[in-house]
Amino acid sequence: MDPLEIARWQFGITTVYHFLMVPLTIGLGVLVAALQTAWVVTGREHYLRMTKFWGKLFLINFIMGVATGLVQEFQFGMAWSEYSRFVGDVFGAPLAMEALLAFFVESIFLGLWIFGWKRLPKLAHLACIWAASLATIVSAYFILVANSWMQHPVGTEMIDGRAVMTDAWAVFTNNTALVTFPHTIFGAFAVAGAFLLGIAWFHLYRRRAAGIDTVDEAGRVVVGASTVHGKNRDETDYRVWFSSLRLGAVVALVSFLGVAFSGHAQAQLMFEQQPMKMAAAEAACHDGTGFSVLSVGDLSGDGATTCDDIVGVYEIPGLLSFLANEDFTTEVKGVNTLLPEYQEKYGTHLPDDSIYGDRAGEEINYLPLMEVTYWGFRIMITLGGLSAAAAAVALWMTRRGTVPRSKWLSRLAVFGILAPFGANSAGWIFTEMGRQPFVVAPNPTFDGVDQVFMFTAAAVSPGVSAGEMLFSLIALTSVYAVLLVVEVVLLCRFIRGGVASAMPELLEDERPESTDDDVLAFAY
Amino acid sequence: MEFLPTLWFILIAVLWAGYLFLEGFDLGVGMLLGGFARSERQRRVLINTVGPVWDGNEVWLVTAVGATFAAFPHWYASLLAALYVPLAVVLLALIFRAVAFEYRGKAERELTRRLWTIALCGGSWVTAFGIGVMLAATTTGLPLNANGDRVGGPFAWLTGDTALGGLAVVGFSLAQGLAFVALKTDGDVRQRASRWLARGLPALVLPLVWWALALVVPGQQPAALAALAAGLIAAALAWACAAQRWEGRAFLALGLFLLACIGAIFTAAYPVVLPSTVNAAFDLTVTNASSSPYTLQIMSVIAAFGLPLVLAYQAWTYWVFRRRITEHSIPAAHTVTPLES
Ligand code: HDD
Ligand code: HEM
Ligand code: HEM
Repeated sequence: MDPLEIARWQFGITTVYHFLMVPLTIGLGVLVAALQTAWVVTGREHYLRMTKFWGKLFLINFIMGVATGLVQEFQFGMAWSEYSRFVGDVFGAPLAMEALLAFFVESIFLGLWIFGWKRLPKLAHLACIWAASLATIVSAYFILVANSWMQHPVGTEMIDGRAVMTDAWAVFTNNTALVTFPHTIFGAFAVAGAFLLGIAWFHLYRRRAAGIDTVDEAGRVVVGASTVHGKNRDETDYRVWFSSLRLGAVVALVSFLGVAFSGHAQAQLMFEQQPMKMAAAEAACHDGTGFSVLSVGDLSGDGATTCDDIVGVYEIPGLLSFLANEDFTTEVKGVNTLLPEYQEKYGTHLPDDSIYGDRAGEEINYLPLMEVTYWGFRIMITLGGLSAAAAAVALWMTRRGTVPRSKWLSRLAVFGILAPFGANSAGWIFTEMGRQPFVVAPNPTFDGVDQVFMFTAAAVSPGVSAGEMLFSLIALTSVYAVLLVVEVVLLCRFIRGGVASAMPELLEDERPESTDDDVLAFAY
Repeated sequence: MEFLPTLWFILIAVLWAGYLFLEGFDLGVGMLLGGFARSERQRRVLINTVGPVWDGNEVWLVTAVGATFAAFPHWYASLLAALYVPLAVVLLALIFRAVAFEYRGKAERELTRRLWTIALCGGSWVTAFGIGVMLAATTTGLPLNANGDRVGGPFAWLTGDTALGGLAVVGFSLAQGLAFVALKTDGDVRQRASRWLARGLPALVLPLVWWALALVVPGQQPAALAALAAGLIAAALAWACAAQRWEGRAFLALGLFLLACIGAIFTAAYPVVLPSTVNAAFDLTVTNASSSPYTLQIMSVIAAFGLPLVLAYQAWTYWVFRRRITEHSIPAAHTVTPLES
């Protein structure tokens, strides 16, 4: 087997997996901080319960983000050592800054938050969760700067065959990074919004199914006031879920708008910076202006030969031009036009250089896997759009104070949580695979640095054997699979348990007997 | 001697020292879950001594590795790729350890709790050993060709020297873990930790001393020799304090011992960051492995601003959580019981 293929699978799997945890951490962290602020400001009990409940789920997820992020930090050197040597001068800096300026803040202040509930003054404790959650956003900025540089290298010169940074300001204000950052952050909030919405819906539905909440003739909610079954059925509990639901739905809707606007800006840049990715995202063989809603034919993309088999079944005229250029007439270059341009600029075959190993002299295929780019782009937009539409419907359906008594809808709300996760993964897979065959894509828009690029084929570690890579691929993938099950099971248990699972003090019979105020808020 | 690469060499030594100083004891505490803790309550006492701080400690590792990438890309690439197999194992260990910290307390069944204990304990042993192997390899060398790639098989790194490095970090972590537990707890756990430390200390620090001696003595560099001498004095002090049950001082003296040894080792290694055992001409040095002066300048500004800040708020965490923990202060485990129906 080819170590390159294994290394790519490993990078793809581990990164997409890391990015399952990341958006939930980013989105939920800020929401928990906002809820705690609401509690500190208003003193209302349901905000405290919301903080504790969502905070607990946040922590269960956070730790998996940490554990999988560690792998990423090492992976560039272990599996992609040629890449690391080539780009280290530019690429290492944001990574090191991320650790020094963001990860320390995240982990230290989160530790203070978890264990500081009774120990710190209220405001200092609140500041801790804000510090931790804002640091996740700072960390996203740094890593996206690094990633955007691979999509669009700026501020760099080639010296002795290596990319050397000449202008840090240009690297940190790369226009690609400036649009990718809001897109990714809004994408993260879309995840958190759907998460709140789905889980809160589930709990409101359970209250309805159990007959705790009912509706009057006008369809307005009558909140159960039964005290027989203990505190959990009180008014506050209802308010926890209802506020969470509305908050989640609004966050999901706003995020979708943010994602759509920033996505549009990205598409415009992509058209300039990586025209082939744009063409592949559209399965557009010929120049044109229409956005393909559905194309059929063989998308397997073996260069120009199969491209001609693709038939646009339904196109929206002018939309593609709008995405790329904000007008309806500029032709967007298709694959057939672009291929010769790329071949002329970057060669038809990999150079006879030792860094390509056995692959030296192989023909270069400039067309990324079209099935992946085409469908990745559409899955991202569709899942995001569906989840936003669902949020709008949810807001409307709950306008009278609770959810309908429908098991089916409750299931849908819970499974709907997965949609924005899927959109995020699809977005990344599209972005990263659309960049192939380059790992650092050449920059056609910036004078002088067009020569800074790297083929993925040259990036892999020359000294590492296929067997070693296979070992780590299998080990990591199976551990990740097991841990995903563990995380989901644990999340489900805490979700089912409701607020009391995060606040045992709500269960009177389980109050810790010790009144010693030296007791830490033990989490472990 | 070039100024910026040298400065970054020192900074990376500082980051590794910081990592071992801090995570040393939380790795040690993790290892002690195995044979030392006598009951579930004691295990929870141990875990909660490091509960609020372990993640912050681990970021020192992330930063050391990230800073190596930024300042010495060739060092980062050659070392990590050459140590592919052991580092993959270390990563698995780190994953299990991190997740176990958070999930162990949430386990409902005895069996799952026991599995998480094994993950935390085993993960700590493996991590300590693996990081030791990595640091030893970077001082004693790996079979690298002119490009910095490993020649020889996946296990070419496995030598007596690297195994000694692994033992050095394991031993130091255990000693520091015992000192920390003695300092942070009360009752039976504290008594036994003190006793174990007083008895075990010389054996536990021996591998690190040996590694430093083997590296420093042939070079005859005065600065390295002086650092090593300071380290030996600190170790003796730590032993004396441990025997007197002066827990805080023993902990500090052990920390000084570590800093001195790391100082001696990195001084002796300078200017080579990763020797090639194939041919000395292929050695990676501070000059041929480093980033451009421009990048190093920018990184220096960031570090000058960031590092003191980190030290300040990290120190504050330790102040906030300075109280001792006893078995008595551990509340009953709470399980998640669904409320409705
Ligand atoms: C857009 C956001 C984003 C992206 C693209 C990535 N990460 Fe990440 N990462 C985060 C956002 C994030 C985060 C939200 O900040 C996490 C999640 C949980 C956490 O602790 O922080 C995190 C955790 C995390 C950690 C653990 C930090 C700790 O110990 O506290 C490391 C070492 C990395 N990441 C490294 C990487 C690398 C090398 C990536 C590139 C392949 C990467 N991450 C992609
Ligand atoms: C700073 C952040 C990132 C960097 C530096 C980065 C870098 C890389 C590198 C070096 C590769 C291997 C070469 C290749 O096969 O393309 C790769 C592949 C890949 N990355 Fe990224 N990546 C980053 C973020 C992400 C994220 C967050 C995701 C998704 C969650 C992602 C998804 C992928 C996928 C799916 C592949 C496999 C592509 C393929 O096999 O063709 N990447 N990336
Ligand atoms: C109207 C909707 C959207 C548009 C027009 C859009 C556009 C884009 C474009 C053009 C890219 C590729 C950027 C590049 O390769 O340079 C991208 C990437 C991405 N998209 Fe979207 N997107 C939309 C919706 C969404 C939604 C709903 C989500 C998630 C909830 C999402 C998450 C992502 C992610 C994670 C990436 C990869 C990271 C990045 O490059 O920013 N997108 N999007």
